[in-house]
Amino acid sequence: MDLAVIWFAAIAVLWIGYFVLEGFDFGVGILLPFLGRTNTDRRVMINAIGPVWDGNEVWVLTAGGAMFAAFPAWYASLFSGFYLPLLVVLLALIARGVAFEYRGKVDDERWRARWDQAIFWGSALPALLWGVAFANIVRGVPMDADHIVTAGLLDLLNPYALLGGLTTLSLFTLHGAMFLSLKTGGEVRAQARRAVPAIALVAVPAASGFLLWTQVSYGTTWTLPLAAVAATALIAAVVLSLRGREGWSFTATATTIATATVVLFGSLFPNVLPSTTNPLYSLTVENASSADYTLTVMTWVAVIFLPLVLAYQSWSYWVFRKRITREHIEPTPAYTAHSGTA
Amino acid sequence: MDALDLARWQFGITTVYHFLFVPLTIGLSVIVAGLQTAWYRTGRHEYLQATKFFGKLFLINFAMGVVTGIVQEFQFGMNWSEYSRFVGDVFGAPLAMEALLAFFLESTFIGLWIFGWDKLPRKVHLATIWAAAVGTNLSAYFILAANAWMRNPVGFEINPETGRAQLTSIWAVLSNDQAWSTYLHTVAGSFIAAGLFVVAVSAFKLMRARFHGDTGTPGQAPHRSEPELFRKTLRAGLAVTAAAGLVVALSGHHQAQLMAQYEPMKLASAEALWEDEDGAGFSLFAVGDVVDGRNHVNIQIPHLLSLLATDSLDGNVQGINDVQERYEDAYGPGSYVPNVPVIYWSFRLMMGLGLGGVAVAVAGLWLTRRGRLPEQRWMYWVAVLALPAALAANICGWILTEMGRQPWTVVGELLTAASVSPGVSLTEVALSLSLFTLIYGVLAVVEAGLLWRYVKAGPAHVVPPRDDDSAEDHDAPVPAFVY
Ligand code: HDD
Ligand code: HEM
Ligand code: HEM
Repeated sequence: MDLAVIWFAAIAVLWIGYFVLEGFDFGVGILLPFLGRTNTDRRVMINAIGPVWDGNEVWVLTAGGAMFAAFPAWYASLFSGFYLPLLVVLLALIARGVAFEYRGKVDDERWRARWDQAIFWGSALPALLWGVAFANIVRGVPMDADHIVTAGLLDLLNPYALLGGLTTLSLFTLHGAMFLSLKTGGEVRAQARRAVPAIALVAVPAASGFLLWTQVSYGTTWTLPLAAVAATALIAAVVLSLRGREGWSFTATATTIATATVVLFGSLFPNVLPSTTNPLYSLTVENASSADYTLTVMTWVAVIFLPLVLAYQSWSYWVFRKRITREHIEPTPAYTAHSGTA
Repeated sequence: MDALDLARWQFGITTVYHFLFVPLTIGLSVIVAGLQTAWYRTGRHEYLQATKFFGKLFLINFAMGVVTGIVQEFQFGMNWSEYSRFVGDVFGAPLAMEALLAFFLESTFIGLWIFGWDKLPRKVHLATIWAAAVGTNLSAYFILAANAWMRNPVGFEINPETGRAQLTSIWAVLSNDQAWSTYLHTVAGSFIAAGLFVVAVSAFKLMRARFHGDTGTPGQAPHRSEPELFRKTLRAGLAVTAAAGLVVALSGHHQAQLMAQYEPMKLASAEALWEDEDGAGFSLFAVGDVVDGRNHVNIQIPHLLSLLATDSLDGNVQGINDVQERYEDAYGPGSYVPNVPVIYWSFRLMMGLGLGGVAVAVAGLWLTRRGRLPEQRWMYWVAVLALPAALAANICGWILTEMGRQPWTVVGELLTAASVSPGVSLTEVALSLSLFTLIYGVLAVVEAGLLWRYVKAGPAHVVPPRDDDSAEDHDAPVPAFVY
């Protein structure tokens, strides 16, 4: 098979990794003000993702780096064309990353409350905007013969894209609730389970509608069964959660996110960024890709190192496999604390 | 001001800001790993205390390094789309490798280290901080190889059909002499900064204990080993700095030679040398006229520049006016002269401030031999002030490198003016520039405040984690410091 096609698939895999993994830690961030009534409960929630969120975030850096290397023209047109949404995503990720690290470092209610805000917005905005962005990529944007995107902000805020945003926002929130019910114990776990139906009330119609719209307008024959799997898994996730099957319901939302991402990339193929100005101006797997030599080098690197990354990331999840409960949270104040663990 | 100017300001500001944290992360990760190794080997309490104390400061810094790095990764596409289109084939590969080989390693193992104290056997836990340190130092190689390629583009050809650079040898890009030389120089510069960080903190704590009777957390008796601890870390920081100083000088010399070879204009500007000259002197202080292309005043050390750049007292060094003519012949009309005063002074500040810090370290090693401590208070203050000097030296080095490369982004291949995103408006760049500057400004205050707090609080009384065999399934509470 053509190397450029393989790299299109590889980039899809990286985005799937990103959405499945960072999806749940976005969800936890979004749920923070709703499920974490006390500081202890909030710390239970944050500690559930504490050891892994940074590693999860590297998936998007790798996806970005891989797009740069394998499809320079895609990276260039997309990132300059979606300037303002990306700016918001970056500001959000900055605020959120610092918030996780700094919120516990001063023992003060107001200090923590401010960082909690940063965690919420820093999670909710990217969760929303990645959906908006990917819907627009599938739908296409105004783009001229030199592949310069001429879309204004309003072009990006069309109904299809907004539905895409609502889909990722609610799906990630649901995924986060599943994660919390799996990884925490006590009150937080119970609360997370109880929140599932309410979130599902938004997530199920939004995601089904979005998948249907995508399939009808942009899909191909082979994306149809996948869209069906995505929708079924979503409903299954809710049912499984209600039955108390926490591991399986988390697996089910992960499946929904993964297959829905495949549907998006499948609908996009063989374009990487369609032009609504003139289909001839579209960026495609062929005209956006790097030369074969670069792709070959990158293939070797990925074949050797991606399994390694998966191995040690899995190990890290295994090390922190235990549920976190209130009992695990040490009550001592932070900076004068003589607990001393770095 | 047009979008190009603002995009340049944005890149400069965000990168300089990123590079305030980077050198500390590069050096401190290794220093903390070294302290933990010392604890593992000797079992001495103060090494564990030191590991945890400097570990906290390291993490406060690391968080900022990570979040500011994300901006860098996306900024190429956002503001420099034509650059990305032109070089992605070559430049993207090391960037993607950096993420896959280094960033995953660094971030995953830092997580394991922070949260794994009571969950992993001691030996494995020690390995996690080393893995993170390796990842960090590895990441520097890839990004510096990418950056070095812009100064000495190798291993590529221009595809006549697409007009884009196309990779022909990844090995040439990764083994570029400019790449490994820059790596040595930058990492050595980073170890100077990190070494002096440890020195500054230790000196400050010793000074407080000595002259103010301040011994740590209010209301808490100082741990008896605290002065002992900071004596040790002070010496360690001084030693790291002095050793790195040697590497920085040697690699800096090599950098200057490569500069003479690949970027004669940058070297000429750094020396305010206007005409080609055999046996050129090294300028110490110059006042010049950029429009006229000459100096009014120039105090020099004879022959030193030729020696530095060519290994020969009478070697030829090219001058600005002559290079300009040669470039016009080669690349067409236009000005190829960077901002001479900025280049000239950043070169001197880099050397002066950085080597000043190294001198402090060497003097400090002498003064603290056989466990002695300096008597005078001002000496402690000098040790503290060496830290900002070292950070400034690092920044000046990058300003020299990057602004000296102007007007090119890729020397001889692509002009900065042709690199910028054509589809991005002035308003958009202005907005992003203001917002980044704003959030970075706020975070700088927050981070400095936190560091100050934790330095003042001092090392805590620590309880060693459980020992090897029992550690595995131990369910220790999550300490408050962690999230
Ligand atoms: C000499 C070293 C060096 C240089 C020149 C740069 N960086 Fe950097 N970067 C690092 C050394 C580093 C590091 C030491 O590995 C950091 C700093 C603190 C940290 O957490 O990792 C890092 C973090 C960091 C991250 C976050 C990684 C994570 O989440 O773990 C990204 C995405 C980048 N950088 C990207 C860049 C780009 C695109 C640069 C070029 C403009 C750049 N850095 C310059
Ligand atoms: C290792 C990666 C890099 C580092 C550490 C770095 C660092 C710097 C620094 C310190 C400055 C000068 C600050 C100032 O003028 O205010 C700068 C400026 C600049 N850099 Fe880089 N840079 C890197 C890579 C790049 C890349 C890949 C580009 C490609 C677009 C680039 C383009 C520029 C531009 C256009 C400026 C502004 C120059 C000026 O205003 O004179 N740099 N960079
Ligand atoms: C003997 C003293 C030194 C010499 C001769 C020297 C030489 C140089 C030269 C020629 C460059 C520009 C390379 C280029 O653009 O191609 C450079 C860059 C740089 N210098 Fe120095 N330097 C010295 C000391 C220092 C010190 C003490 C520090 C920091 C503590 C430092 C940090 C840097 C950094 C961060 C860069 C940018 C990265 C690079 O291009 O390598 N330098 N140095």
